[in-house]
Amino acid sequence: MLILTCPCCGITGEETEFHGGGEAHITRHGPQSSEEEFHTYLFAKENPKGVHFERWRHNNGCGKWFHAARCTMTLEVFGTYPAQTFEPPQDLKDKITAKRPGWTWRDFS
Amino acid sequence: MKRYSAFAIAREALRHHKGWERAWASPEPRKHYDVIIIGAGGHGLATAYYLGKNFGITNVAILEKGWLGGGNTGRNTTIIRSNYLQDPSAAIYEKSRSLYEDLSQDLNYNIMFSPRGVIMLAQTEHEVRGYKRTAHANALQGVPTEFITSERVKELVPIINLAGPRYPVLGGLWQARGGTARHDAVAWGYARACSDMGMHVIQQCEVTGIRTEAGKVTGVSTSRGDIGCNKLGMVVAGHSGHLADMAGFRLPIESVALQALVSEPIKPCMDVVVMANTVHGYMSQSDKGEMVIGGGTDGHNNYTQRGSFHHIEETVRALVETFPMIARLKMLRQWGGIVDVTGDRSPILSTTPLEGCFINCGWGTGGFKAIPGSGWGFAELMAKGHSPLTDAFGLNRFYEGRFIDESVAAGVAH
Repeated sequence: MLILTCPCCGITGEETEFHGGGEAHITRHGPQSSEEEFHTYLFAKENPKGVHFERWRHNNGCGKWFHAARCTMTLEVFGTYPAQTFEPPQDLKDKITAKRPGWTWRDFS
Repeated sequence: MKRYSAFAIAREALRHHKGWERAWASPEPRKHYDVIIIGAGGHGLATAYYLGKNFGITNVAILEKGWLGGGNTGRNTTIIRSNYLQDPSAAIYEKSRSLYEDLSQDLNYNIMFSPRGVIMLAQTEHEVRGYKRTAHANALQGVPTEFITSERVKELVPIINLAGPRYPVLGGLWQARGGTARHDAVAWGYARACSDMGMHVIQQCEVTGIRTEAGKVTGVSTSRGDIGCNKLGMVVAGHSGHLADMAGFRLPIESVALQALVSEPIKPCMDVVVMANTVHGYMSQSDKGEMVIGGGTDGHNNYTQRGSFHHIEETVRALVETFPMIARLKMLRQWGGIVDVTGDRSPILSTTPLEGCFINCGWGTGGFKAIPGSGWGFAELMAKGHSPLTDAFGLNRFYEGRFIDESVAAGVAH
């Protein structure tokens, strides 16, 4: 069971208080995009064994969306950060590097 | 290979059981095979078996990083049914179910197939309509199923509580020819038959890389050295995305843990399989008397093979509503397996961007029932380049929008 801290209201709760919203930092390709881009946006999911970035919603709380960095092997939560950003904050990336040297996720590392 | 028979048991009884052979060999890997299958679970072994049996291709290695059938093959709730909605699904699942019927004779290995019947309970008006639609679709597909009343459900399952506090039972979709089988035995039976044909079942051999040359697969790197091959089949369920990474392509798949549990053994009380998809839980009774209980998937990607407490609570709560008599049963074991879920809840049996490399994955939460049919179709795909059973399940369906939507028939909440 995951323990997550909502960066919006600051409350720490266990998994049932939240709802997973899938892969984070997806570029939502629209009508002008190529078929490859649209296919990637809809179907080609990041499915890593290890460091993963996801969207979560504080369903039974403030109701806000946010991001979380997590390990899919150990269920360790590295940290959470607000939804209004295109990439994880540097201090979180450093924290993950300290625990999982050499990690990569899409273009992040 | 010496055949198993009543005569063999009598013969061995007379000589203190000293004449039994090992069921399969544990050979050292050769330098090169015609075909390598990655993953010695049910689907991988069935693929190898039908490559040999139907196409005469026996220079085959099946590589397994752990032990034989130790992944999802040994972790599922052993339910076999074919009451799916779409035509391509009905074709492959019904092929599979019909192969299960005489698989014990075919393999000369008792897989304990028990066609005891499967009920999917309808507990909302929407579900009633949905299952009536499925029953009509199945009638057109030649899959015998019927929509039955709640009175008939009670006749078939006397321990059920029809007037559930949240969701009363309004009827059910009944497939009399569905049932269960011994999951380990399916893997063991196929492995024994493959080994008998001269194939190499190599356990504790983890694939660490895919070797390619000019866009064509030439072999794999493993924890026991490099092994060459002409054709490669990846049949690794939850770890498909991981292997696809090695081969340089991406899959429309997410891996999540699906869990199950069994109770202490009790006297026979339920001789059919019951699935309650609205409240979410399903249950059958094993030959040992344990109640085998399946639950939902985790709500986030993971590879932990253990499941989580709140899903156990949800599942057990649903089943206690449906079967009040199990309220004081103790649970003996609980475990999880990593299932590979696609967007349309249908599997992928496909060629890949890498020439000579084929993939069979995406069976998600319901792969056990499909083992023989999946092996049959995937073997044909690998041998001939296409198969009427698998053509609709290609990776290109995600580009072309030809989905095979089975989110209802999959029967597990995601």
